[in-house]
Amino acid sequence: MKFTLSWLKEHLDTDATLAAITDKLTMIGLEVEKVEDKGKALAPYVIAKVVEAKQHPNADRLRVCMVDTGDGQPVQVVCGAPNARTGMTGVFVPPGAFIPGKGITLQVGTIRGVESRGMLVSEFELQISDDHDGIIDLPADAPVGKPYAQYAGLDDPVIEINLTPNRPDCTGVNGIARDLAAADVGAYKENTPKAVKGQFPCPVSVKFDFGQTPSLCPAFGLRLVKGVKNGPAPEWLQKRLKAIGLRPINALVDITNLITYDRGRPLHVFDAKKVKGNLVVRRAQNGEQVLALDGKTYTLDAAMCVIADDNGVESLSGIMGGEASGCDAGTTDVLIESALWDPLNIAQTGRKLGINSDARYRFERGVDPNFMLPGLELATQMVLDLCGGTPSEVTVAGKAEAPEKIIDFPTSELKRLAGLDLPLTEMRRVLVKLGFFVAGQDKRVKVASPSWRPDIEGKADIVEEIVRIVGVDRIPSTPFDRGDAPRKPVLTTAQVRTRKSKRALASRGMVEAVTWSFISKPHAELFGGGKPELALANPIAAELSDMRPSLIPGLVAAAQKNADRGFPDTVLFEVGQIFRGDKPEDQLIAASGVRRGLAKAWGVGRHWSRKITDVDAYDVKGDALTVLAAAGAPAQALQVVPGGPAWLHPGRSGTIQIGPQNVLGYFGELHPRALEGLDAEGPLTAFEVILERIPEGKAKPTRAKPPLELSAFQPVTRDFAFVVDRAVKAGDIMRTAQAVDRKLIAGVSVFDVYEGQGIEAGKKSVAIAVTIQPREKTMTDQEIDTLASKIVAEVSKRTGGVLRA
Amino acid sequence: MMSDIAKLETELMSAVASAKDEAALEAVRVSALGKSGSVSALLKTLGSMTPDERKAQGPAINGLKERITAAIGTAKEALGMAALDARLASETVDVTLPTRESPAEIGRVHPISQVIDELTAIFADMGFAVAEGPDIETDDYNFTKLNFPEGHPAREMHDTFYFPQKSDGSRLLLRTHTSPVQVRTMLTQKPPIRVIIPGRTYRSDSDQTHPPMFHQVEGLVIDKTSHMGHLKWILEEFCKAFFEVDNVKMRFRPSFFPFTEPSLEVDIQCKRDKGEVRFGEGEDWLEILGCGMVHPNVLRNCGLDPDEYQGFAWGLGIDRIAMLKYGMPDLRAFFEADVRWLSHYGFRPLDFPTLAGGLST
Repeated sequence: MKFTLSWLKEHLDTDATLAAITDKLTMIGLEVEKVEDKGKALAPYVIAKVVEAKQHPNADRLRVCMVDTGDGQPVQVVCGAPNARTGMTGVFVPPGAFIPGKGITLQVGTIRGVESRGMLVSEFELQISDDHDGIIDLPADAPVGKPYAQYAGLDDPVIEINLTPNRPDCTGVNGIARDLAAADVGAYKENTPKAVKGQFPCPVSVKFDFGQTPSLCPAFGLRLVKGVKNGPAPEWLQKRLKAIGLRPINALVDITNLITYDRGRPLHVFDAKKVKGNLVVRRAQNGEQVLALDGKTYTLDAAMCVIADDNGVESLSGIMGGEASGCDAGTTDVLIESALWDPLNIAQTGRKLGINSDARYRFERGVDPNFMLPGLELATQMVLDLCGGTPSEVTVAGKAEAPEKIIDFPTSELKRLAGLDLPLTEMRRVLVKLGFFVAGQDKRVKVASPSWRPDIEGKADIVEEIVRIVGVDRIPSTPFDRGDAPRKPVLTTAQVRTRKSKRALASRGMVEAVTWSFISKPHAELFGGGKPELALANPIAAELSDMRPSLIPGLVAAAQKNADRGFPDTVLFEVGQIFRGDKPEDQLIAASGVRRGLAKAWGVGRHWSRKITDVDAYDVKGDALTVLAAAGAPAQALQVVPGGPAWLHPGRSGTIQIGPQNVLGYFGELHPRALEGLDAEGPLTAFEVILERIPEGKAKPTRAKPPLELSAFQPVTRDFAFVVDRAVKAGDIMRTAQAVDRKLIAGVSVFDVYEGQGIEAGKKSVAIAVTIQPREKTMTDQEIDTLASKIVAEVSKRTGGVLRA
Repeated sequence: MMSDIAKLETELMSAVASAKDEAALEAVRVSALGKSGSVSALLKTLGSMTPDERKAQGPAINGLKERITAAIGTAKEALGMAALDARLASETVDVTLPTRESPAEIGRVHPISQVIDELTAIFADMGFAVAEGPDIETDDYNFTKLNFPEGHPAREMHDTFYFPQKSDGSRLLLRTHTSPVQVRTMLTQKPPIRVIIPGRTYRSDSDQTHPPMFHQVEGLVIDKTSHMGHLKWILEEFCKAFFEVDNVKMRFRPSFFPFTEPSLEVDIQCKRDKGEVRFGEGEDWLEILGCGMVHPNVLRNCGLDPDEYQGFAWGLGIDRIAMLKYGMPDLRAFFEADVRWLSHYGFRPLDFPTLAGGLST
């Protein structure tokens, strides 16, 4: 919403400064977005007379001008404009001033050997038009020495407010003035239009034809003015419209635009001679078309409301008029329309057709029903004043009347909701100034809202009105008691797991990324996603179309982008939502990571201390187990089994589970086909763990850890190397050894795996160290040997392994 | 006899002194103190002496033995030390070779995670829990229950991502704000309610400064007494704690949100200097959040009587306050996963924000 300061002052009697007014506007909820004060910006520009313009001695196209700026001491200016001439009146600016059109501060210059102490400027250089063909050429009687902005009427500051959608009343300057007056910035000037007496009945009637469907037009007022003379509007009206960025069209149209901004009351004018028969307000027929005043043809449907005559659709009700019946210079008879429209329907139609008009802006917010007819009278009077003519009587269809809204308001409500204590007199003063009626003196009063405030629904709205006008500053900041709730952890298990997972992975040297929740459909499909119910109906780009079923595609793409930038050894992770379906319970939290190139778990990139090797499944297995441990998974219960989903290398991947029914996650090398589908290059390994799959730990009554049991007897370690088939899993050998005696065997580790010379092809040697912890007494050599033999026998039996010679 | 002993001692001491290594020294020891050594031979002569001779010679010969033994011992220790020094001198490493950086030193937590942890620390201290909800929401929870009437222009302030229409005519959407979690919380929890709600939110009006996805945090208080004065206090305390300044000047401006009444927008006073924003000084106002008293219609929609219960809510952009606090110039970079950006603006895993130790130190 835009207006000028002088316009505001037509409705508000005030001595307040521009700054005081704009500050107050912001503080009462009419946030000032921009103030354009050309008078201030153009202060150094003065009207000046060219006393003499001589040919420049060294340049054909330049002239040396002696310019009188009002103090009788002509200044020498070199000017290149073709229209610079002796005796002309123009606009001069001295050195040191800023030239908006050039973005520079003017300096004293020497042009082709002649000093120039200022400049004669064009409208373009002042940024008041696109005209840069020559310097400003003013009438001879323009007062030399006077500021140009003042002379040209450019010194009226333009204020733009960022109007919230709940305030239709402030889509008109008078509404803004009323708010300011309530906040004690001057006095509101009452300005109810007077009725204009009709000289004859309106020859065109209006009929509603909505059939069985709900009406989209509560009321419609119409009046003919005969014998008008249309043409350009007077200078003051054009200037006012131009100041807020509107293009003057002709007097009749400009009058409607002025009232739209002045009173928040959109109107429409038809050229009566172009209207055939009577007007019907109805729903459009599907496929019906109209050429609107913006020069575009719109195809309509039955959800939209139109005004039609015998020629067909003449106007898109409440949004935009039609070209066919528009007013132009030849218009002599004009039909003035002032109507009410269903706000919801206006919003929907406007959105569907993509039209953002000043009329739509106001009707969808809800214009003042009680001002429908006064608005029509105001327009009539202006038409008569500016264009002459004879008015008809007003014909009205429907009834324009705001519903009466009376709110029962306990005055304690202000203290209850706002924490602010005010006497009723102060509350009443504010409300009355805003146009409310307040009845009663007690602790409960009745408040009736004015017809222009459809946003007022109840007590809370009344509180807001009072608070906003007296100032939120007056509410004392009140310490908030955290209450007597005990200080206990506030995070849920999932939240604790999420934050621990992030820190644990970062502690492994991984870098956390936050990638888009949506990915391309092909990428989603590669990872088991791409379901129709998870595809956006209105994605902003094809690569952001489907909700991600996994974090891996986004991370792989990110790793590849980093590689393309020259960082091939990247290690990224993310802990975030993935989508398996569209129900809340289908949204899971995954902790995932990728390692690319030489981003090993023990260090990234080449280093003198280790042999260079690519990332492998073990790096990401470690990552996955780290997350699980950090998130509280029971390490003893986790099983790692070979293989994983289709996007992983079938032989170099694993699944982490607690039994086959509860899969916690996967790790491994990416499948070459998955890499291809993601348009990425390996070596690339990845893991993904679903945090919800981790079983909840049992709540314990105390925080004490289980007692530490220290054995009095030294542990003994025995090493065994088994030659087994290549396919035998080390995990099985370890488990078998462990199971031989769960009490005495405290641990089994693998310290060597070997294939190659000395080992038969297709076989491998797996060396394990078994730690034996005597429990009750020191074990004899014989007892230890017996246990060792049992281990060898069991491993042989289960895995076919033989003790390596 | 005495002169023989003295002579032998001179010879042996000279031999000990000239022994170049432990082997030579051992040879001297054997030649003197071994079974058939020269000193051992003299000791053996004591047995065939008269008591008087023994009295005179005994101490002399034993003295010789002790002195030689001691000399050999001393020489041996010296040689041993020299040998160790020589060995160690040959055993060197190049201490200038670089070691690997600790993983905890190079790993990074994203600024959004860090800021969520900071918010959690601040609000947990004020008695708030953390609530969350799904990204895929119903129209009812995202709009209708929050008092955005069907077709109301306020809905257009949110450019919404939709999913395909279902057979029953309904369609799901990506939440445009974290406020549907307010609804979920009120529908499932009995007041008093004190929660903050961090999460991902989505808007389809994407451009250079507005990515289609961003992060918000909301706060919600519902009880029978909390009012705008408390809201002001909480937000003031929050800003001081979060931006880690002693004072922050805030401006509360009336505004409009469908789900609050009265509604306010909050600016904080700051000074902008070469891309850096400093709070608690300067003359500029910077809008940072929206808030207000929960709208009676919202309370009613969530099964609460607005004459009995009341409360307030606020919401702000996590990404945005992260940018303000830590100086990132561009929001889109948050989601580009450029390791250079992440390493620079990210946080070390052990820099866990606490109120006791400081949020960012």
